[in-house]
Amino acid sequence: MRHVPRLPWWLRLPLRFVALLGAVSIITFVLVGLSPIDPVQANVGQAAYLAMSAQKRAALAEYWGAGRPVLERFGSWLAGALRGDFGYSLRFNAPVVTVVGERLASSGALLAVAWLLSGALGFALGLVAGARRGTAVDRVIKAVCYALTATPAFWLGLLFLMVFAVGLGWFPIGFAAPIGMAARDVDALSRLHHLVLPAIVLSLTGIAPVALHTREKCIDALQSDYMRFAASRGEGEGSALFRHGLRNIALPAITLHLASIGELFGGSILVEQVFSYPGLGQAAVTAGLGGDAPLLVGIALASAMLVFAANALADGLALLLDPRMRKEVRHA
Amino acid sequence: MPDPDTAVCDRTVIYHRPRRACTGSRRRLLLAGLCVSAVLLLAVGAAGALCGDAAVTVDFLHKSQAPSLAHPFGTDWMGRDMLARTCAGLGVSLGLGLVSALVSSVIAFILAALAAVGGPAVDAAVEWLIDVVMSAPHIVLLILVSYALGRGALGVLVGISLTHWPSLARVLRAEMMQVRAEPFLACSRALGTGRMRLVLNHVVPAVLPQYIVGLALMFPHAILHEASITFLGFGLSPEQPAIGVILSEAMSYLSSGSWWLAVFPGAALVIVVLLFDGMGACLRSLASGAEVQR
Repeated sequence: MRHVPRLPWWLRLPLRFVALLGAVSIITFVLVGLSPIDPVQANVGQAAYLAMSAQKRAALAEYWGAGRPVLERFGSWLAGALRGDFGYSLRFNAPVVTVVGERLASSGALLAVAWLLSGALGFALGLVAGARRGTAVDRVIKAVCYALTATPAFWLGLLFLMVFAVGLGWFPIGFAAPIGMAARDVDALSRLHHLVLPAIVLSLTGIAPVALHTREKCIDALQSDYMRFAASRGEGEGSALFRHGLRNIALPAITLHLASIGELFGGSILVEQVFSYPGLGQAAVTAGLGGDAPLLVGIALASAMLVFAANALADGLALLLDPRMRKEVRHA
Repeated sequence: MPDPDTAVCDRTVIYHRPRRACTGSRRRLLLAGLCVSAVLLLAVGAAGALCGDAAVTVDFLHKSQAPSLAHPFGTDWMGRDMLARTCAGLGVSLGLGLVSALVSSVIAFILAALAAVGGPAVDAAVEWLIDVVMSAPHIVLLILVSYALGRGALGVLVGISLTHWPSLARVLRAEMMQVRAEPFLACSRALGTGRMRLVLNHVVPAVLPQYIVGLALMFPHAILHEASITFLGFGLSPEQPAIGVILSEAMSYLSSGSWWLAVFPGAALVIVVLLFDGMGACLRSLASGAEVQR
């Protein structure tokens, strides 16, 4: 389709962003509108619901927006969203933007640590496995990676809780702060102490794709012409790999790792549930189980934005670091 | 640092007589691996079907027992045998995972075929749809779909079917585009073959290996996501002994030291997923000729 004039990327990117957010919000609203779950019943509990007067039920139903048609709800939500008002979370009794912002800040620490840790570890393991291809080290690393991809994040979390929190008592069993302490009294060290186990579990689940990808790229690099040339100049393999191979191997690995942020976010939902860590993932579960439609939509949008931003960043980084890509874009 | 001689040997083909008269053929090995994992998985499924009653039999005389000969996986706080519960749970997970992966692969195939046959506009639309579905994490979409369908097994089934097709659709689309450019297709078209026949006779057989491999590689994902969403409380009801339900119940008994409640069912799930992974890898190697001859 070369003959179709393509928009420049700085115009294409925001257009794609708007189209994506529009699609995600429509899909989530349709799904939420389909739900047969009565939010009033889901939240007040069976006994309280039966004991309640009809008036009270009607008032609560209005509060939760039950019974209003989807299109009407979507219309008023969209009108608000365009002004930056994404509705009111019924479960947390606060504006969706506030809840998502607060929770994202808490999840952000977890996600950032896990992302960096899994990236660094996965890249290092992949390099070692690729450079020592076919040896026992390579086989062990590969086996560990396959085992990690087959392990559900929540089970790994349960195991870590059992060993390090219950068994050895090194780390707290859950939450982001000691129980019964006001949020402002918690010091940074205690926060870090609560973050360690969930962050380790989450990063372990993210290692395998990077490591296996880096291994492949490393093997490719070792067989490349530029490495042969370096060897013929008398450069040792380690030094050649470091000076010439690393940049070529690192770029696709970073792109892949940025693209895997969505999966990492998905993993954080499970890990936060296991460790009772008050992040966005836990809020998603609460919203889903409690029928908090505005918050669910907000979280779906937030996660889509996160994934989009990560992918855009990956594209931008590739342009920045790889001169060949720059040329391609200029000529396209 | 490998020694330069062996590095050269790695890359060059050395012709010599096999040391043994009957060297193992890689193809045979792969087929054997495939069969063994398939049989093991079938056995797990059968055990799950047989353990249905034992999994819910309550026995308060033997509650919260550590693993023993009578109860290899221990018993829970209601005296239910964890081995039976694990088998039954794996059976449920296997069934749900298999059906939803199958549905998902059919969606992938149809969309890929539409993209390849329908022209640039349809292609762009399918590509965009793939982007949209891939833009939100699987678990978030699963929570949404499960909420939309009022939870339960159907929610899990539909959720996994609707979320797992994009990567396979992408592979199949690329594969079909490649086939479309083949001379034999142009030849057949010139001979007056209709579009439908063209697809059925030439395109489908050409992409079938990729489809089967993609389907096999989708099983483990589907099963893991089924377990995850059930663990979060969106999937099956607490009475059904699914693996996710068992593990989320086990979470409440962690601090009381009942380690066996979480360790064995989870490990069994990992083994089943690894078996599926192995099956997929064997299939993939069998489908690509170069790997078989290695």
